[in-house]
Amino acid sequence: MKIKSQRDFVSGIALVIVGAAFAVGATNYDFGSAVRPGPGYFPFGLGILLAILGLIILYTSMVQDREDGDPIGSIPWRPLLCVVGAIAFFGFSLTRLGFLISFPVMIVLTSAGGREFTWRDALLNAGVLTALSYLLFIYGLQLNIPLWPA
Amino acid sequence: MDLLNNLCIGFQTSLSLINLWYAFLGAMLGTLIGVLPGIGPIATIAMLLPSMYSLQPTSALIMLAGIYYGAQYGGSTTAILINVPGEASSVVTALDGYQMARNGRAGPALAAAALSSFFAGTVGTLAVAAFAPPLTTLAFEFGAPEYCALMFLGLIGAVVLASGSLPKALAMVVLGLLLGQINTDVITAVSRFSFDIPELTDGINFVVIAMGLFSFGEIIANLGKSAEHREVFVKKVTGLMPTRQDFKDSAPAAARGTLIGCLLGVLPGAGPILASFTSYTVEKKIAKAPETFGKGAIEGVAAPEAANNSAAQTSFIPMLTLGIPTSAVMALMVGAMTLMGIQPGPQVMTSNPTLFWGLITSMWVGNLMLVVLNLPLIGIWVRLLTVPYRFLFPAIMAFCAIGVYSLSNNTFDVYCAAAFAVIGFLFHKLGLEPAPLILGFILGPMMEENLRRALLMARGDWSIFLTRPIAAVMIAISAILMIVITVPAISKKREEVFVEEE
Repeated sequence: MKIKSQRDFVSGIALVIVGAAFAVGATNYDFGSAVRPGPGYFPFGLGILLAILGLIILYTSMVQDREDGDPIGSIPWRPLLCVVGAIAFFGFSLTRLGFLISFPVMIVLTSAGGREFTWRDALLNAGVLTALSYLLFIYGLQLNIPLWPA
Repeated sequence: MDLLNNLCIGFQTSLSLINLWYAFLGAMLGTLIGVLPGIGPIATIAMLLPSMYSLQPTSALIMLAGIYYGAQYGGSTTAILINVPGEASSVVTALDGYQMARNGRAGPALAAAALSSFFAGTVGTLAVAAFAPPLTTLAFEFGAPEYCALMFLGLIGAVVLASGSLPKALAMVVLGLLLGQINTDVITAVSRFSFDIPELTDGINFVVIAMGLFSFGEIIANLGKSAEHREVFVKKVTGLMPTRQDFKDSAPAAARGTLIGCLLGVLPGAGPILASFTSYTVEKKIAKAPETFGKGAIEGVAAPEAANNSAAQTSFIPMLTLGIPTSAVMALMVGAMTLMGIQPGPQVMTSNPTLFWGLITSMWVGNLMLVVLNLPLIGIWVRLLTVPYRFLFPAIMAFCAIGVYSLSNNTFDVYCAAAFAVIGFLFHKLGLEPAPLILGFILGPMMEENLRRALLMARGDWSIFLTRPIAAVMIAISAILMIVITVPAISKKREEVFVEEE
């Protein structure tokens, strides 16, 4: 059989796997019975349901005609890595390096994911946003955020 | 008059200086994010929630509501001026609004949109005030089976009415329900799917999911797209006042749009979006000169704008009376209430009358502010559109990152958000809609609890959902919805409607 929708094909497979994983995981908990449902009852049923829906999507991806093959397209690695990396870096460094270092670095990292990245704009943006966030969140709203390296 | 009495209590709350300020803040912020494409009310509300712990719950909810309906206003401004609908519900406004702007009639188009929105907002607020109390009384009759059936109806309705591919949207709801299962079981206190990570035993915070999927995921997807060219008609906005003929044309259209909006807003799913599409179609059908539609007919601006605004108001009805959200934004409102220690449900009206009526009346106050302030401010909003995205997205990222961390001063939440950013990006690539997932996630634990209680009551007999009349009716409606949507003629039509939206 030919794959007629790449997106649906991959979605279907992913959903079957996730659904099955939840259903298998749910067997670790007491299933109970219909009279007295246990903690595993609901997630097991839902996991199976998700897997079935995944199979339906998988099936339609091979039978339903599409003109263009519904391709997933290329993955924009640079924005993906920059944005996700920036968030993860912020999480890792905030309690270690403090807000005043971790925050501007995160913004520069994020900016690097854009098409029109220039150091001048990114640094300017980082400076303005750090000052603004400091005033708004730390001085104004008194949020409890570590400022300096621990 | 009970209604007058209640409205009185409400206005006492919503007209207090502090609440006026938060309504203003919310409405302005809403307009701002409505104008800016790439950030919507879901991401904004998620972003702001953590900084709202210190506010009075009433003020906080007034502000969040302001963001929601303010976004509807802002979205239509950009739809008219640059043919970029800021929100999905103003997609139809762009059809005729942008043509009016090109014909040099941007002013009357904006005025028609604002005035009919305000009219619709007023009627919508009255509808909420009038219908909420009787529904609340009805809700007290509900037991676990009825609640469970109602949530089922809500989820099915949201799926059927709201998104493209039916099996995919259903799968997203189920995935949301499953993610909601990562928690400590309420009945037996067993921690589920936590992999011995202590943070996971309390469940994932819905703010983390919403932010990861909507803010971060969107940003990555936007950066992957090529820059688009935009034509701005800002300098040509002169002469705001519509002519007498414009009034004559748009007033009945606005009235019809309001009625359609009030009715469809209550339905689960994307009330405002559906309402604006429906009212536009209705106007085109009954118009004397349907050929003017799409070429700058003022009815084509007034009707959908009235419809989406009144629908935005009445979509609060199920949330306020039953505690059951019917859309992702309402799900966030429910989450916000819970975060602030208020159990959403029919008891809110009696236990927190100032919050309940204050929130309802604040919507009218906020709508008034939007009309008075926004028409003169249009120039400023449009100038904001010239801020390049390269300055905008790091700012969105920055506020989100601080918001996620300060949820519980825990870096684990930040890592989770990073994971959901990747998932959100994958969803985007695979054509999976994140909104039904949020709805499922919020409803999941409630639904499980009620389902298990219902089964306990019925001694394991699933037929309890069919023998209790109210529950049976709701299951029947869900079944009809499911059947109707699979009828080829309708599903084809439905696809047409939602393809236009993209």
